[in-house]
Amino acid sequence: MNEGGKITKIPLSERKATFREVSLGFTEKEALKEAQRCLQCKNAPCIKGCPAGIDVREFIRLIRNKDYRGAINKIKEANNLPGVCGRVCPQEEQCQLACVLNKTGSPIKIGYLERFVADWELQTGSIASHHRVSKDIKVAVIGSGPAGLTCAADLSREGFSVYLFEGLHIPGGVLVYGIPEFRLPKDIVEREVSYIRSLGVKVITNFVVGKTKTLDDLRREGFKAFFISVGAGFPRFLGIPGENLNGVYSANEFLTRVNLMKGYLFPEYHTPVRVGQKTIVIGGGNVAFDCARSALRLGCSEVKIIYRRTKREMPARDEEIDNAEEEGIILEFLVSPREIISDREGNVKAIMCIRNKLGEPDSSGRRRPVPQEGSEFVMEADTIIVAIGTAANPLLVSNIEGLDLNSRGYIKVNDRFQTSIPDIFAGGDIVSGSATVISAIQHAKIAAKEIVKFLHISNPDKE
Amino acid sequence: MKILSKEIIADTGDTKITRFTIFSPEIAQKSRPGQFVILMVSEKGERIPLTLVDADEKKGVITLIVQEVGYTTRLLGRMNPGDSLYSLVGPLGHPTLIENYGRVIMVGGGVGIAELLPIARALKQKGNTIYSILGARTKELLILRNEVASLSDKFYLTTNDGSLGEKGFVSMVLERILSEDSDFQLVYCVGPLPMMRAIAEITRPFGIKTLVCLNTIMLDGTGMCGSCRLNYDGRIKFCCVDGPDFDAHLVDFEDLMNRQKRFLEEEKKSLTKPTC
Repeated sequence: MNEGGKITKIPLSERKATFREVSLGFTEKEALKEAQRCLQCKNAPCIKGCPAGIDVREFIRLIRNKDYRGAINKIKEANNLPGVCGRVCPQEEQCQLACVLNKTGSPIKIGYLERFVADWELQTGSIASHHRVSKDIKVAVIGSGPAGLTCAADLSREGFSVYLFEGLHIPGGVLVYGIPEFRLPKDIVEREVSYIRSLGVKVITNFVVGKTKTLDDLRREGFKAFFISVGAGFPRFLGIPGENLNGVYSANEFLTRVNLMKGYLFPEYHTPVRVGQKTIVIGGGNVAFDCARSALRLGCSEVKIIYRRTKREMPARDEEIDNAEEEGIILEFLVSPREIISDREGNVKAIMCIRNKLGEPDSSGRRRPVPQEGSEFVMEADTIIVAIGTAANPLLVSNIEGLDLNSRGYIKVNDRFQTSIPDIFAGGDIVSGSATVISAIQHAKIAAKEIVKFLHISNPDKE
Repeated sequence: MKILSKEIIADTGDTKITRFTIFSPEIAQKSRPGQFVILMVSEKGERIPLTLVDADEKKGVITLIVQEVGYTTRLLGRMNPGDSLYSLVGPLGHPTLIENYGRVIMVGGGVGIAELLPIARALKQKGNTIYSILGARTKELLILRNEVASLSDKFYLTTNDGSLGEKGFVSMVLERILSEDSDFQLVYCVGPLPMMRAIAEITRPFGIKTLVCLNTIMLDGTGMCGSCRLNYDGRIKFCCVDGPDFDAHLVDFEDLMNRQKRFLEEEKKSLTKPTC
């Protein structure tokens, strides 16, 4: 009876040849129907389910009243990136998991409602702006991914003069280089960034803190607090023979070529990205699926994802796994790569793998893959994409004297997201290791509040 | 990011080398010999690394020297004073370790001579004795030879066609020098990969510390993508953040030369498409 509506996607026949966004989201009619299903629970467990603490119940109520402006403003009180989060948050593990209707198997599609009002605002072309830098105190936010954008926005709202530094030529971090167009259109990211600019944040691209200027240089130039949100973008490799052969990409390289540099529009855009006819992606997270689905769209006829455990342990979102399977991507489980095999020209020709069985649970609680000696087998491939995660990028963080890092190179913070150096805060993947957009946002929101407190204490007369 | 001046310093018809000065006070201030920038000529452009040849902190100006080898460098070669690059970031990579080594041999090939010059200058200032060996295909391509000569205690030139200096390769001269006198503490080499590999093999039996400055295919230049990776002493290193200078005796040149071929087909496609 109270069943959620289906989400319209672009036809499967088109999907394999286009980078257009797959999911079309709700129409107004569909959104209203979905919002009507909401029980408006008194205790609203959905709000507690949201790491950013969006008042979900209230924004849905406003949608029911067709007050879309009110709904988007309500969301933006807690989240500066609604168009992004409406698309890439794992809602099924957060707000929608907490939704009372989840027991019926059909929770309110909160993510799609969030996306609906975010896109509504984009279409009306009138984004509410609140430019009000009022305090003469400069804060530097380093890295413009989800954590950086959020922290910069929140601090700017508090009236600080916020500079958001980005090493690449376009702001957005993983939102522009990592997540593909078909899952998160870049004009959505651009829109969110221009909203954040409208709050008074000064976005400085082509600026690598630690290289173009050091953090100490910025301190000398009068910056009073820092938020480091540089992500964990340092690709991990397998450490097996053949990994440097032509045709082997890290997921970061492959996705950066495709997304940031728009390699899928080569040669109109000048950055090449080459896939052959048989691509194998190694990994089981969302990034592996992004790579596989991108390779398919680049014209590769057979794309496989190999994962060392089973579907149950796969960290990717169910929605992404479903999309990939619909598109014809082959999933091979309990398989680990052993060696990448070369042709005579130094290109990838095949990959030798070994089959696993699941053993005892490891530290992640998931059952450990145990290689079955003698089960080696060879699969043909001309493109291999290594999507086994990232590590901490040492470029900035290992060059700040006195900054405590953990054994894996991530920044140590206290529960206020403050580092071992009092004026430096940090959040996102450079603190937690690879995680989600929303957890980065959560860190950034807490850190922003703490930075405000820190600045009020250290600069009382500047009020 | 604005181009202030442009000077074609070599043009043989099929090879063109151009010197640009570009306004970039922040990069000029931080730039040290051995570092590089990454630039894009247009919004649709590639990100390519180029060595910082010179930097004038007072004027806020950097110097880049570019040989037109592919699509992007060709587009760059068409830019003029007053034009602005779409993107310019740096200085990236580690600076070359400049100290008083003692007696040093600088080996430069082709456009690599441009990259060699700032290192040679810095090493000279540190009190090193500098031997320089420069080589190119032909006389016109022996760029900056007077500049390098003026700071060298001994100076050798080679061309493949014999149009200037000795006919042959830089490796030949290096071999001869070392066979007579191998009391050198550093060989610093920058040029085409086959040349750097040859130099590494010549110095290896003498046990002379040999550094090469590598220029691999990069994207971000900050360690994020791994496009520039090389096999170094059996491990993966990233040219952008671990280099660009590496101990030549530990570099797997075969691997590197293979990786430089990754996008040759695409490059051809770019070069044949109409540009306007």
